[in-house]
Amino acid sequence: MSEASGHSSGSEHVVPVSTYVGVFLALIGLTALTTGVAYIDLGRWNTVAALAIAVIKMLLVVLFFMHVKYSTGLTRIAILAGFFWLLIMITLTLSDELTRGWEIVSHGWSVMIPVVLRLL
Amino acid sequence: MSTAIADLHETPADLGVNYLNANYGIRSWLLTKDHKRIGLLYLATITLMFFVGGTAAVLMRLHLIEPQGALFEPETYNKLFSTHGIIMVFFFLVPSIPATLGNFLIPLMIGARDVAFPKLNLMSWYIFITGCGFALYATLSGGVDTGWTFYPPYSSSFSHTHVVAVALGVFIAGFSSILTGLNFIVTIHKMRAPGMTWFRLPLFIWALYATSLIFVLGTPVIAITLFLLGLERILHVGIFDPAVGGDPLLFQHLFWFYSHPAVYIMILPGMGVISELITAFSRKKIFGYTFVAFSSLAIAIISFVVWGHHMFVTGQSIYAGLVFSVLSFLVAIPSAIKVFNWTATLYKGSISYEAPMLYALGFIGLFTIGGLTGLFLASLATDVHLNGTYFIVAHFHYIMVGGAVMAYMGGIHFWWPKITGRLYPDYWARVAAALIFIGFNLTFFPQFVLGYLGMPRRYAVYPAEFQVLNVMSSAGASILGIGYVIPLIYLTWSMRYGRAAGPNPWRAKGLEWTIPSPPPTENFEEIPIVTEEAYNYPTSGVASV
Amino acid sequence: MSELAAHSAHPPGFAHQFETVAQQREAGKLGMWVFLVTEILFFGGMFTAYTVYRSLHLQAFITGSHLLEVKFGATNTAVLIVSSLTMAMAIRSAQTGKRKGQTIWWLILTMLLGATFLFLKFRFEWYHDYVDGIVPGVSWSYHGPYAPGAELFMCFYFFMTGLHALHMIVGIGILTVLTVMTARNKFSPQYYAPLEISGLYWHFVDIVWIFLFPLLYLIGGRYPGS
Repeated sequence: MSEASGHSSGSEHVVPVSTYVGVFLALIGLTALTTGVAYIDLGRWNTVAALAIAVIKMLLVVLFFMHVKYSTGLTRIAILAGFFWLLIMITLTLSDELTRGWEIVSHGWSVMIPVVLRLL
Repeated sequence: MSTAIADLHETPADLGVNYLNANYGIRSWLLTKDHKRIGLLYLATITLMFFVGGTAAVLMRLHLIEPQGALFEPETYNKLFSTHGIIMVFFFLVPSIPATLGNFLIPLMIGARDVAFPKLNLMSWYIFITGCGFALYATLSGGVDTGWTFYPPYSSSFSHTHVVAVALGVFIAGFSSILTGLNFIVTIHKMRAPGMTWFRLPLFIWALYATSLIFVLGTPVIAITLFLLGLERILHVGIFDPAVGGDPLLFQHLFWFYSHPAVYIMILPGMGVISELITAFSRKKIFGYTFVAFSSLAIAIISFVVWGHHMFVTGQSIYAGLVFSVLSFLVAIPSAIKVFNWTATLYKGSISYEAPMLYALGFIGLFTIGGLTGLFLASLATDVHLNGTYFIVAHFHYIMVGGAVMAYMGGIHFWWPKITGRLYPDYWARVAAALIFIGFNLTFFPQFVLGYLGMPRRYAVYPAEFQVLNVMSSAGASILGIGYVIPLIYLTWSMRYGRAAGPNPWRAKGLEWTIPSPPPTENFEEIPIVTEEAYNYPTSGVASV
Repeated sequence: MSELAAHSAHPPGFAHQFETVAQQREAGKLGMWVFLVTEILFFGGMFTAYTVYRSLHLQAFITGSHLLEVKFGATNTAVLIVSSLTMAMAIRSAQTGKRKGQTIWWLILTMLLGATFLFLKFRFEWYHDYVDGIVPGVSWSYHGPYAPGAELFMCFYFFMTGLHALHMIVGIGILTVLTVMTARNKFSPQYYAPLEISGLYWHFVDIVWIFLFPLLYLIGGRYPGS
């Protein structure tokens, strides 16, 4: 039977061990990075960095360990739909929670001024 | 006038070897993996739950014939409307068409031998009846008085009723619907017969596919929400308690994120049934197939971004309210598209008025009224006046009962010959349909007026000047109740004494009508190869086979 | 192909509602992905609540987050990443027709790593939190700054990591079943779908933790003065 080069008699793509090990090392490295960055004062960017690193780690797991890189479009649509729906839930909920304290400024189109200012 | 039922001579009731008689004994039913038997297991369960929820409604309407309440203490009345809502929403309407007709018909309509995961399908039913068990236990030991919406802080901190037990029942039943939705999605994607392309599928399948998307994307959220509520109640921690920084409105956001799409879970399958009934009983292909198919998807998608219209008067941000209001107007559009297309299908069709068609025609009218009244509620300004009144109650009952339940009844009657191999007596079916239509309108139309005049919902008492309308509503409810009991009688009767139906008593198009009634366990001797469009009725205008 | 000949040609594990093995495999994978989508929304409900409260009460959440020890969170993150590697190797081992002993070895390693995760969490984190009086509803004696909000944060800590741990326990149960199936020669390069599908579940649980770690342990940073 086959060895490290990985030929399967099924029709599924066989991922080389080197790829798995590489992804593993990257994940460990990113974990160390996110932990280390937390000890550095970046102000509000700490959160951005932590989330960005988490997203990259997730992508590595999804694409390589979960084989999505070699999967059909249907799988990708399903995953994207899941995250998009989560985004809908968070965004629209926050649209209420964060805007309750907003004051209504004068009349007409100038009502939009605080809205626009808050978004910038 | 043409009739759709083929003229049958007295055929002996020899229905051959089929899924009903292939195996005998209770084990063969309780351990079945046959989607058709599982559909019947669900049918029995939800019929039971319907009558439990219906009993609560009857008691409520009897109580409300007097302004000070005729029968119950307010605390008991609170439990009745809560029980009615919880049972009807979670244990009847949500599973009704998908778990019964969906389970039975999807493999037949797409040309498959079963669903993708038959064992999971059976497990779904066991999970469902476990949920039912918890809900019934809680109901019989005193019920809950929080309303089906379980809002904290009342449900988490102040109610002395069986909140956790009922929430657990709903949580468990939710998993049943998640697994059903998952099964349907995979089945429809992967198990269509050769030649059965997406755009040759019956519209019932499109509707159930869209419903399954909502099952999968929405139900987990109410599961986690009830889980959090349960933890708050049991551990006395303040997830939604402002004293520790919590927000009761957060519960409402999470709750309605599912519960608004849930109402589309309840109506979309009904719309799928109506597409089947209108085409069969007009003997005409659907007008605008692509529009109707995509409108199902559009409803499913847009349904997820409108939930805040349940919270216009709760203290929600006015800016969020504006967004939700606009989006709520949008969601009416695909529903309207369906109504236009069904109507256009009827135009110049060869129409006959058997019971299923009566239900379908009733649906179109009543759903339209229910849907239009939803627009008043989507509009922020009018909702301020109408929220919390009987106008809302009337609005959703027009859609859920005038719409979904009538579609369910129509579907049960239409496919009854396929499911049982027997014909029911159409005369009595039409009598029942008429009683249901009349009783329904007498029950709920006065409630629009009551709501507009300001009568609040969920109240055990009301001002004396509203009594006439309330009595009308209660009278209507009694007629409606009789209307629902009659089919129980003749459908049961038909299982033993009904004439043999043959494979296609309605001479309808669709793969399910090409196999014997009742179908054999494996559905098709050979998997069919599909070459026709859906609803490929002859267009010559002359009544033909 | 006649019915009889077709039947005898069916590989092990073939389910008869399907027409081909490929169809069954695709259906199985799609089914698991759809299930994982439901899990995204399931955990997502709590992530939403967390996001709302963190936006509204950032200082309280920072205070609560600093009650947790980074070393345990980081170590557990590493433990799960290793377990994802071993899980991927287990599947690959069956896919490429290695001796079943090798597949079993990778599966057992994965289970041990999962058990290590749970041991670190329950014995060193949760138990110590209980002793220190920062378990809401059970043992709460923190009266420092932002105490109510910190209690809210700790609710989320326990609920989210608790739900995650529950999924890990289920995962270890699934792996146990898979190990037994492998020992009974159920898998081959032609049929290893249960391994693959369970691997998807295991990796998903890992991904949830990949987000929980920064969101619970690293709020507001850990630099001096944060």
